[in-house]
Amino acid sequence: MEAIGDLMAGFAVVLSWQNLLYMVIGIVLGVIIGVLPGLGGANGVAILLPLTFSMSPTSAIILLSCIYWGALFGGAITSILFNIPGEPWSVATTFDGHPMAQNGKAGEALTAAFTSSFVGALFAVIVITLAAPLVASFALQFGPAEKFSVFFLAFCSFVGMGKEPPTKTIAAMMLGFALAAVGTDTVTGQLRLTFGSHELLSGFDFLVAVIGLFGIGEILLTMEEGLSFKGKAASINPTVVWQTWKELPRYWMTSLRSCLIGCWMGITPAGATPASFMSYGIAKRTSRKGDKFGSGEIEGVIAPETAAHAAGTSALLPMLSLGVPGSPTAAVLLGGLLIWGLQPGPLLFVEQKDFVWGLIASMYLGNIVGLIIVLTMVPFFAAILRVPFSIIAPIILVICAIGAYTVHNNTFDVVMMLVFGVAGYFLKKCNYPLAPLVLAIVLGDKAEESFRQSLLISQGGLGVFFSNGLVSTIMGLGLVALFWPALSNLYARLLTPARPT
Amino acid sequence: MSDSPDGPSNGPRQHLVEVGVAAAMALLGIIAIIGSLRVGTGWGAEGPKSGFFPFWIGLIVVVTSLYNMVRAYTHGSRKLFANWMQIAQVLKVVLPLTIYVGIIPWIGIYLASALLIAGFMRWIGRYGWPLTLAISIGLPVLTYFTFEMWFLVPLPKGPLEDMLGL
Repeated sequence: MEAIGDLMAGFAVVLSWQNLLYMVIGIVLGVIIGVLPGLGGANGVAILLPLTFSMSPTSAIILLSCIYWGALFGGAITSILFNIPGEPWSVATTFDGHPMAQNGKAGEALTAAFTSSFVGALFAVIVITLAAPLVASFALQFGPAEKFSVFFLAFCSFVGMGKEPPTKTIAAMMLGFALAAVGTDTVTGQLRLTFGSHELLSGFDFLVAVIGLFGIGEILLTMEEGLSFKGKAASINPTVVWQTWKELPRYWMTSLRSCLIGCWMGITPAGATPASFMSYGIAKRTSRKGDKFGSGEIEGVIAPETAAHAAGTSALLPMLSLGVPGSPTAAVLLGGLLIWGLQPGPLLFVEQKDFVWGLIASMYLGNIVGLIIVLTMVPFFAAILRVPFSIIAPIILVICAIGAYTVHNNTFDVVMMLVFGVAGYFLKKCNYPLAPLVLAIVLGDKAEESFRQSLLISQGGLGVFFSNGLVSTIMGLGLVALFWPALSNLYARLLTPARPT
Repeated sequence: MSDSPDGPSNGPRQHLVEVGVAAAMALLGIIAIIGSLRVGTGWGAEGPKSGFFPFWIGLIVVVTSLYNMVRAYTHGSRKLFANWMQIAQVLKVVLPLTIYVGIIPWIGIYLASALLIAGFMRWIGRYGWPLTLAISIGLPVLTYFTFEMWFLVPLPKGPLEDMLGL
């Protein structure tokens, strides 16, 4: 097994005191980010990214990916204790997690949530370890048409699998592509869509968009809801942990199913949020205690948490091996790779072996460190959420502004952050998905480049996207995903008249 | 509830806001199309010209947004988008933030941040001066040491920092 050897080399890279320290800092910061409203995995990483420019890429990605793991863990704390999902993917955790806390079983609920998160993440990391090198070596043979077809499939999946109306998803996504096009054309070097503005010469930076859309937008939504945090107290002692752990193996079937759902939804960029809902729904339908779901069933905590973590982690697989991120946070990490001078995609596995395997090894260690930290520090994290919103909100605004400024040391970006923030508030309220918008801003240039190169090869004929078996298959899957809502609608209509009334 | 103009049962309707958002997106799509036409959307010496891709993207934005607009008007929810009190809450963040963003180039990010936090805590949180001053001065000082000293990332400064010789 070549992968095992590479992985061991990766552990050798990661196991230094300095990297372990970054891991602990990253997890703690990540949990705090996950607990606070307005700061989430994606914009937390976006804000801290400029600070890592001077670090070695391996240390930087360890710090940032650990923030991501921490944010995934943190969402569970607020869901269970406060009934407030700190992150969208922990909404499903509130259904049974908070009732458990109300029944005085907060410790059990938290232990179950953290342990399931860990199991889900571990499963996904094993999938990455085994599958990523294979996918990457396969993708090495891709030409421009195949590259474009992968982008096409990724974006069509948003349309087919999103909860939002397809036309809204397409509109938001295409707006992202339009924003990505502003500035210098990467193929010809010509300026476009700048309308004579100097500020727009370098285009819109997706980091600024992420900070505005997810950070400022979220604060505005929280403000509108007028949240007051009333939570349950919690402490976890070793006895509770031990008893919960003894109970967990009984739910191995739910766990395994949630892992598979999570990995599937993470690799195809549907993301952690639908994965957690789907996993909860299926667990509810198949469980013997299904009718008790919603009143504090431990299985109702295990299912969404496992799936959310498996999805969040496996979203890094296409990012590393194909250069197509599976989630907004993975997109921000991909932006980081570009800034550190690394080219994401299949070549990474050949040219930057130390980096890739160091990152994968850090995923194993980071999740173990994360589990220990969250189990021992829950009271501290819960205390942060008790700080009143009127103190937290301006501090988060200042942190977002500093984050937006440091992207290019430019105050115009802070203005753009505000614009994106207000836009994010309206888009969110009107049920437009933000993830495809952000991913389009990140991948716009690359998607366009591969599209134009393909057309150049074929001298303008669109037939190049169906010129061989591989590219036709991927494009075909993309088209199915794109028209999935329409197809399933049609199917339902065809069935209805046949049904006896 | 009462029908007073600022009561909790009044406010803009969801479908009208959705029409507005879709119209704004269509406008951005039109801007993209105009910008693309300026640089050329056809076939040039190096393959498709710079405006080729954004032109079609802009066209899709316009078409889908017009559909969303009509759909929101005819089928959209007639519920409240938000009541006026909630909108006032949102403006309590948007207005100070706009001022904050506007004054950063003039007085630097440290002083502006201190003012934003202090204003927010006094105005919305109604905290006493001691806590307000401690946090509104403490955080920028902490930021200064973290960014300028530890990470060596300079942030925008103003006349106050010049006076202090920082």
